[in-house]
Amino acid sequence: MTDIPAKAAAPSASSGSVLLTLMKLRTFIALIAVLIFFSIAAPNFLSTANLILMSKHVALNAFLAMGMTFVIITGGIDLSVGSIVGLCGMVAGYLVLNGIDLQIGYTIYFNVFEIALITLAVGILIGAINGLLITRLNVAPFIATLGVLYVARGLALLSSDGRTFPNLVGKPELGTTGFGFLGAGRLLGLPVAIWILIVVALGAAYLAKYTPLGRHIFAVGGNERASRISGVRVNMVKMFVYMFSGFCAAIVGLIISSELMASHPATGESFELNAIAAAVLGGTSMSGGRGTIGGTIVGAFVIGILSDGLVMMGVSSFWQMVIKGLVIIVAVVVDQAQRRLQQRVTLMQMAKAG
Amino acid sequence: MSAIAEREIILKLEDVSKVYSGTVAVKRANFEVRKGAVNVLVGENGAGKSTLMKIIAGVERPTAGRILLEGEEVSFSSSGDAVNRGIGMVFQELNLFGNMSVAENIFATREITNRFGKIDRKEQENRAAEFLERLQAGIRPDMLVEDLRIGQQQLVEIAKAVSLDARILIMDEPTSALSAAEVEILFKVIADLKARGVAIVYISHRLEELIRIGDYITVLRDGRITGQEEMKNVDTQWIVRQMIGSDAKDFAKADGHLPGEEIFRAEEICLPRPTGGLAVDHVSLSLRAGEILGIYGLMGAGRSELFDCIMGRHGHSTGAIFIGGKQVRERDTTRRIRRGLALIPEDRQREGLVSILSVASNLTLASLSRFARLFHIRGADERQAVTQMVRELAIKVADPAQEVSSLSGGNQQKVVIGKALLTEPKVLLMDEPSRGIDVGAKADVFRTMRKLSRDGLGILFATSDLDEVMALSDRIAVMSNGKLTGMFERAEATEAALVAASALGHGPAPRTESTAHD
Repeated sequence: MTDIPAKAAAPSASSGSVLLTLMKLRTFIALIAVLIFFSIAAPNFLSTANLILMSKHVALNAFLAMGMTFVIITGGIDLSVGSIVGLCGMVAGYLVLNGIDLQIGYTIYFNVFEIALITLAVGILIGAINGLLITRLNVAPFIATLGVLYVARGLALLSSDGRTFPNLVGKPELGTTGFGFLGAGRLLGLPVAIWILIVVALGAAYLAKYTPLGRHIFAVGGNERASRISGVRVNMVKMFVYMFSGFCAAIVGLIISSELMASHPATGESFELNAIAAAVLGGTSMSGGRGTIGGTIVGAFVIGILSDGLVMMGVSSFWQMVIKGLVIIVAVVVDQAQRRLQQRVTLMQMAKAG
Repeated sequence: MSAIAEREIILKLEDVSKVYSGTVAVKRANFEVRKGAVNVLVGENGAGKSTLMKIIAGVERPTAGRILLEGEEVSFSSSGDAVNRGIGMVFQELNLFGNMSVAENIFATREITNRFGKIDRKEQENRAAEFLERLQAGIRPDMLVEDLRIGQQQLVEIAKAVSLDARILIMDEPTSALSAAEVEILFKVIADLKARGVAIVYISHRLEELIRIGDYITVLRDGRITGQEEMKNVDTQWIVRQMIGSDAKDFAKADGHLPGEEIFRAEEICLPRPTGGLAVDHVSLSLRAGEILGIYGLMGAGRSELFDCIMGRHGHSTGAIFIGGKQVRERDTTRRIRRGLALIPEDRQREGLVSILSVASNLTLASLSRFARLFHIRGADERQAVTQMVRELAIKVADPAQEVSSLSGGNQQKVVIGKALLTEPKVLLMDEPSRGIDVGAKADVFRTMRKLSRDGLGILFATSDLDEVMALSDRIAVMSNGKLTGMFERAEATEAALVAASALGHGPAPRTESTAHD
C-alpha cells in the first residue's frame, strides 16, 4: 500500500503521464499489492475455502458501498445504512417467527420469497424517508440520515425488546422454511450472496453508464443548478439514490440474518463507515460528481481483504483499525495529488499552445 | 508635482500571463499604473481586464511574469497581502456579506476592537458613516447589505475600498449599476482621491465615462495589451480601433426574413424580492416566430429574473405564459423544456455546465430522453447527435469525451447553446450570450442566432451591450428596476433612447449620453 506514494517522488516531464496512469489505477494496484502480500505472509490465504469466505465478507460491505456510491456521487451521504441492515434483519426474523397477527384470530404467515420482498420494501421505504427529508424538507443529508440512523436502530431494538430472534428455520406446515438459502446456499459452487452481488453490481454499473437516470445522478453531483436548468428532476434523482441505498442495506440485512439463522437488533452497527471507506477508496469524490461502481467494488475488496488478512496473520484488532484508517487517508491524499497533477499537465499544455 | 505627463509610476507589470483551465486570460501583458492619476483600462467582455486586476489585487497569482511595486519585485499570496501594501479593489461581482451590516462589511477582516478584543460596534459605525457621507448615498451603517439596492451595494463596496486608505485603488466597472446621479458623486470622490496622490485603475465599458475622467488609457484585446497612451492624445475612434482590431465586430447581417405568427407571450410576470418590492414588475411581452427580441438593461434590471420566471425556476412568481397561443400551465422547468422553452443562462460555470462531465454528456444532458429507448441510452444515436451539434456550432474540440472544462470560454458557451438546441426548443432565452467569450466565438454565436431565427425559432436575448442589442434585434425591449420601460422597433431605436429608458426609475433623469461608440 504505502509504496504507491513513494513512487511519486521524482516527477519530471516525461514521467508525468506514467505517474498519472499509476495514480489512476491506484485502487487496483492496492488490491494486487494486498493480495500478493497476504498470499506470502499468511498461510492458507489462497485456499479456496478462505477465498470464498472472504468474498462473502466483502460482499456485505460491497452492497452497502454501491448504494453509498450513488448517494455520494449526488453530493450526499447516507449514514443510516447500518441501522437499516439491523432493522431489516429484524423484520425478516419477525416475519419468519411470528407472521403478521391480524388481531381477529388469524395470523398471516408468508413464505420466504414474500418475506424477502417485504424486507426489501421496508429498506426502500426507509430510503424514501431519507429522500423526502432531504428533498422536501431541505434537511442536510448528513443530519437527515443521522436522525434516521437512530430511529431505525431504536425501532430494531424495540421490535424484540433488544433480544435476538433465534432459530429462524421456520415451520414446514406454515411454509416458512428455507430462510437459510440466501446466506448459506450455493449455486454452481459459489455462495448465493455472491451471485446476488454480481447481479446487483452489473445492474448498478449499467444504470450508471447507459441510462438517463445514471447520467442525471452524475450531473446532479457535478452541478445541481445547471442540472435543474437542463430539466433534470433533481428531487427524483435524489429520492432514487437514497431508496437504492436502502434497498442495498435491506439485502445485507436479509443475508446476515439468513446466514446466522437469527436476527440480532444490533447488527450492522458502524457498517456505514466501512461502506463510505470502500466508496472513497474506490475513487468516489466526497464533493460529488465522480465515482464508479467498479472502483467501489475494488475498494470494498481492498478493505475486506486487508482486515481478513490481518486477522489471519494474527495482528491485533487495534492495529487493524490503525492500518485501515491509514489506508483510507493515503487513498484520498493520492486522489488529490492525482487531480492536481492532471490539472497542472493540462495547464502547461495550454500555456505552451497559447 | 512636475509636469502632468511625467507622473511617477507606482506599479508595473512585466510580461504577466495568466492561464486558467480552459483559457489563456492574459498573455504577456505590460501595464503601468501612475500616481495621482486615473489609469483607465478598456477592452471587450472577456478581454482579460478583470483577471489583470485580480492579479494586481493579489486575488489571483500570475502564471508567469513579474510585478514591480515602486521598483521592487513583489508577489502577493492573498488579497490581504496586497491590501497591506496599499492596494485596494472594488470588485465587479460584489464581494459583500449580505448577512452583515454595512459597517461590518466595510471593516471586515480589520475590525476595530477595544482593549479586550471585543468589536467596537459604535466606533465602526461612526467611522463607516464618515465614508458613506462622502458618497451621499443615504445608506445607514447599521443597515443589512442584503436589504440594499444593487447600486447601493456597489457604493458600499466603493466605501469599503476607499476606507482602506489605499495608494492604489482598482475599480472594476464601478458604475455598472449606478444611476446617473450616483455616478456624478463617484466622480467627485475619484477627483478627491486623485488630488491626494492615489493611483486609480479604472475599468469600464462606457467610453464617454472614460474619456471624461481618464488620464492614461490602456487597451486590452484577447488578453494582450494593444495600446497604451495618454488620454489627451486619443479619441474614441482610436480606442475602438484598439479594442476590436482593424475589423469591426461581426454581427452577421440580418437576412431580411419576416417574422411569422406569435409564438410566445408573457403576461403580467411578477416576481417578489425576498426583501420586499418586485424584482420583476408586471412584465408583458410577445414574441413572433423567427424574431429576435433584445432585452436591454443595466445590471440588476431584472432581465435574468424575468428569464428565470419564464423557465419556472421560481415557484412564487405570478403571471401567465403562452406558447403558440396555448397557455403553459406546467410550473416546473422540466416540463417547460418539454413544451419548447430553453434557457442559456448568464453564468456558464454555475448554471450552464456540469464542468466535470464530458462535452458529449453536457450536450445531451437536457435531451437524454430523446436518445433513450425505455431506459437504455442508444449510444450510436447520442454520438451522432453530438457529432452533428459539434459540427453545426463549430465547437473546437478534439474529442467530445474530453472534459468540458478544458475548452475555451467561447467553446464552452457553444456547448451550452448546443445543449439547449438539442431539446428542439420553439423559444430560446439567451442571457448575455456573448459574455466572456472571444471575438471569433462571438461572431459564431451571433451567426447561430441569425440562423435559428431564420429557421423559425423565437429568440429572447438579454444584454447590457448597446452595440449588440442594436445590431442583432428585430425589436428592442428595455428593462429598468424590474419594469419594462421601453419597446422599440429596430428602425426607430436610438442609443440615446435606450439608455434613457434603461435609467428610468434610477433616481433623477439621466443626462443624455453621447453616442460615443459608433
